[in-house]
Amino acid sequence: MAFVSGFCIMTVEMLGARILSPYFGGSLSVWGSIITIFMLALAMGYLWGGKLSTRNPSAVTFALFFIAAAIFSIPIILFADVIMEPIFMALEDPRYGSLLAAIFLFFIPTSILGMISPYAVRLMVQNEAHSGHMAGLLYFISTLGSAAGTLGTSFYFVLWFEVNQILWGAIATLTLAGCVILASHYYLNGQPGKQARAANRV
Amino acid sequence: MVNPENKPGQRTVFRLNATRLSLALFVALVSLTGSAQAETIHEERSKYRDITVTQVGDRRCLLFNVHRGDRNQTCVLVNDKQRLVFDYTRMSFSGLLLNAQPERILVIGLGGGSIPLTFSDLFPGAQIDIVEIDEAVVSVAEEFFFFEATDNMRVYVDDGRPFIKRAGIRDQTYDYIVLDAFSGDYIPEHMLTREFLDEVRAIMNEDSVLVANTFSTSRLYDHESVTYQRAFGEFFNFKLPSTGNRIIVAQLEPLPPRAELVNRAQQFSDSLSKYGIPILEYPSRLSTRVDWDMSRRQLTDQYSPGNLLREN
Repeated sequence: MAFVSGFCIMTVEMLGARILSPYFGGSLSVWGSIITIFMLALAMGYLWGGKLSTRNPSAVTFALFFIAAAIFSIPIILFADVIMEPIFMALEDPRYGSLLAAIFLFFIPTSILGMISPYAVRLMVQNEAHSGHMAGLLYFISTLGSAAGTLGTSFYFVLWFEVNQILWGAIATLTLAGCVILASHYYLNGQPGKQARAANRV
Repeated sequence: MVNPENKPGQRTVFRLNATRLSLALFVALVSLTGSAQAETIHEERSKYRDITVTQVGDRRCLLFNVHRGDRNQTCVLVNDKQRLVFDYTRMSFSGLLLNAQPERILVIGLGGGSIPLTFSDLFPGAQIDIVEIDEAVVSVAEEFFFFEATDNMRVYVDDGRPFIKRAGIRDQTYDYIVLDAFSGDYIPEHMLTREFLDEVRAIMNEDSVLVANTFSTSRLYDHESVTYQRAFGEFFNFKLPSTGNRIIVAQLEPLPPRAELVNRAQQFSDSLSKYGIPILEYPSRLSTRVDWDMSRRQLTDQYSPGNLLREN
């Protein structure tokens, strides 16, 4: 699941430049805006995800992160023009224009995706001794997912599909991931200790 | 500036390569030594690329990303500055056959600045707007390529697409638009799409002409041709055997008959000769024949993998 979140984060990030370029061009500053906003969103997500994990951590909440991220990614497809057009009209400088557009389009879904990793650490860790190991494993898997998402999107997906098709694919994947977590949670319900492993397994 | 011309030395290498490898290697060595004699007079690393200025004899050239094997972007003869060295630069003036008296000119991509300089020389009263994404290219053009913005010229350091989109929203139009934004090493994919061409159409009037320097090889040729055709209908496809560049000449109105092009060419032949533009040869080269695969997909903002298509 950490793989899926890492994969989707980078898929959306790689498409970000394509989404912004009709309005703000393909200059270096547009990439700068996108990466900055993704980094800030992830930073906030880590913070909030970590905080939330201290209060009744459950697989249900974990699954909701995926579904919420999927829902909040839908405006990237449906409202991209509605969001970018007034910004383009109001700000002549493409640097601040692209920064603002990136905030409105990507900040919320990316920060929700950022909440997944620290929360997953909490679900997977059963004792202090192997917490570092679990955290390491999780970052390994999620970053591997990020690498795959970056490569897949920039090498192949943009050649095979349209931008919105790829985004719908990411949204479907996130939704499916959320549903699988919920399903395995209820399937294993009442068997203590297995919840956490369910999150790990899929 | 796609596929700038091979240097004569390099072309020799390719021909011999087909016959005898050892001889070819020898010639390659000689030609390498030859190009090493080109003196580098300026090197600069900009936000987008490495810029190198070299000079052999009186031929001074601008190169991007030399170590990646890029060739000359643009050259100027320091003792004959008005003469245009490259075919594709000369071909950029073929639009004069469709609009002989442009008053508002837009040039996307400055390079060494020879296209706007020639325009300003030809039409001193015309307003010329130039859009160049890389400010370092502007300063190199000024310092080494004799580019100097006249009172009628404005240089905007900006991306071409937002510039054109904004101009369209402001109801500005241009009579002559030169699209020369492709630097060989990386293609700005957002300037190949149907949506972009529709934005270009919005800044054109019934007399306007668009001259786009584009790709003549790889799968991208088909995709790009299909996209231009959907946006403009029939257009002139302009290729010369001596260059790898393909120039697209398009307008909103139906294309004029060839006789009209020939007339215009005769009218211009004297005034263009000092720049080395063989305008009389151009009308017969402006083709409307479809020589691309029409089943290829149109490029859109949703689907524009230009850089991947070029490699395939």
